[in-house]
Amino acid sequence: MSTSIAPQVLPEKPWRPTFKRVLPDLFGALLTAVSTVLIVAVTPLKGKLGFSLTLIAMALVFSVLISGVRKDKKAAFNSVSTVFVYIAATFVLIPLFSILYEIYSRGVGALTWGIFTKDMSLSSADAPVSEGGLLHAIIGTLYLVAIATIISAPIGLLTALYIVEVKGRAAGLVRFFVQAMSGVPSIVAGLFIYAVWMIGLGNSYNAGAGAAALAILMIPTVARTSEEVLRLIPPDLREAGLALGATQWRTVAMIILPAARSGLITAIILGIARVAGETAPLLLTIGGADAINLNPFSGNSSALPYYVWKNLSLGNPESIERAWAGVMVLMLLVFIFFTLARYFSGKRTGR
Amino acid sequence: MSTVTPNLPPKREITTVPRFSDKVFRAIVTAGGLSSLVVLALIAFFLVYNGLDIFRSEGLKFLTGFDWIDASPEEGLPAQYGIGAMLYGTLVIGFLAVLIGVPIAVGAALFLSYYAPEWIKKPMVVVVDVMAAIPSVVFGLWGFFILMPHAEYWAKLIHKYLGFIPFFDMPAPAYTRSPFIAGLVLAIMIIPIVTSISREIFAQTPLDRIQAAYALGATKWSMIKAVVFPYGAGGIVGGAMLGLGRALGETVAVYTVLNLVYDIRIEVLLSAGGSVASMIVNKFGEADAPELRALMAAGFVLFMVTLLVNFIANIIINRTARKG
Repeated sequence: MSTSIAPQVLPEKPWRPTFKRVLPDLFGALLTAVSTVLIVAVTPLKGKLGFSLTLIAMALVFSVLISGVRKDKKAAFNSVSTVFVYIAATFVLIPLFSILYEIYSRGVGALTWGIFTKDMSLSSADAPVSEGGLLHAIIGTLYLVAIATIISAPIGLLTALYIVEVKGRAAGLVRFFVQAMSGVPSIVAGLFIYAVWMIGLGNSYNAGAGAAALAILMIPTVARTSEEVLRLIPPDLREAGLALGATQWRTVAMIILPAARSGLITAIILGIARVAGETAPLLLTIGGADAINLNPFSGNSSALPYYVWKNLSLGNPESIERAWAGVMVLMLLVFIFFTLARYFSGKRTGR
Repeated sequence: MSTVTPNLPPKREITTVPRFSDKVFRAIVTAGGLSSLVVLALIAFFLVYNGLDIFRSEGLKFLTGFDWIDASPEEGLPAQYGIGAMLYGTLVIGFLAVLIGVPIAVGAALFLSYYAPEWIKKPMVVVVDVMAAIPSVVFGLWGFFILMPHAEYWAKLIHKYLGFIPFFDMPAPAYTRSPFIAGLVLAIMIIPIVTSISREIFAQTPLDRIQAAYALGATKWSMIKAVVFPYGAGGIVGGAMLGLGRALGETVAVYTVLNLVYDIRIEVLLSAGGSVASMIVNKFGEADAPELRALMAAGFVLFMVTLLVNFIANIIINRTARKG
């Protein structure tokens, strides 16, 4: 037991705002709140819109006044911009929370065990929500996502390997075009598959065609994320492999890919999350169905986004309720994929 | 001479010529890497191939014409396909989305980079990522049932107080499903991507310049004006164009909140607008063979416009990112 009795020195933190320095801000916030409530109560400005507009105006006025009086014009400009930046951040959050809240409050009522076990083949569109379900849509979406992943994951990974490992002559070009490909409108992917699969080859609607359209949209996400992951692998690993006499093929297969495994899984899951909710290409390719179709390469099929779309266009109250339930299940699915992706990317060492 | 010759393996040849396995590996990877180029080329080829008749028969009128009329053999009238109004409508809602969305997104990116405390910053980055993952059909549903009533009220206010500006004029009191509302929904949809690109570019601002500005007594805003914006201008412009590309190609969300009318109108609050992507979905269901070809041609135009916007955006962003 050492018994040194060094005097206790509290570290100084001069960057910490003291109470005295926060005081003007608090004062401004208080003035803003009080004046807003007063103005809304006295003048005919009413409702959420009137309240928020007054709040913003008052926040601007008082922040300018306080910093302008206490300091100078520059400080006043600074407070104006601060208010605007905070408002912008709030505006980003409002729609998201509104969307999540509405999906929950409108979708949760229809969310019973039945909708996961039944399809719509025996229920009419205006039947109560307790009848029928969306099992056919869930199965359709799982098929679509699975087939799209089987097509696009190898292509996406090979593209990333080509850019980062092989560094071929066209690497820059490929990288540039893959970037541009992520902006291809989803409806164009659907039209393309329709032109090839239906017009060109004379097939009819099926889940395979929808999956091919989704794969086109999924490739850029997988390729770009895997490219970033592969770039994070330290070059030492590559050089060590080659120095031991391994061929490039062995180095990539036995060293690079295992080291990047969780990141590559993240890339694929992010791609899935991107396409699981795509609607437009499915409208042109899968045909839609009310019954479960277990064969993805023959016969019309359904999918969750398609189910939502169809019920939205039907327009009667029961269908609208079904659409919200469908949206809720779809969002749950997307969030599961998203959380999985974050889990795997968190597992990666070094970042 | 009784030295035992050790049982050595045969000497490996040291060479820079790739082994057979590497040749195969490189061939497979190259084929995979080039396949996305091939897919893009195939998309362009098949859409042109199917739409060729229309491009031939309509010529430039396809881009400028307002009429989309099927042929009616009993009256002896030929079909007329023109996407002029839809193309104009697409640009209008795209620019509205950028006009509304980009300032908010840049503000949010500034907030995340320079204003937010650490405990807000991390969850908010996740929240913006989550927003980017919300499917467009969800935005359509939400925009139709929740945003539309609010936006209708805002539109009435705008018309009441700013109605003297021709854009906000109203020939008829129909405020729902207008380009204004479609622009709002699209603005919300492009905010995540513009925010994350601006934030990435802001993060590359050289720290010594930031500290130099502060050391010279700059306020936070003066620092942003003098250092962050000049360095990140390209990123903001590129991000905005990337957002514009998304907005131009958006289909389902726009279709639910926009009333398609084959006419060019400058009144953005009026319930009449256009969108090439939505038109394709709208007409696809009951299209006959010639009309289907016209839709393919429209798809090709949309593909080319979005590809061009994306090309320019990526060039600007890459250039800015390298400079930083």
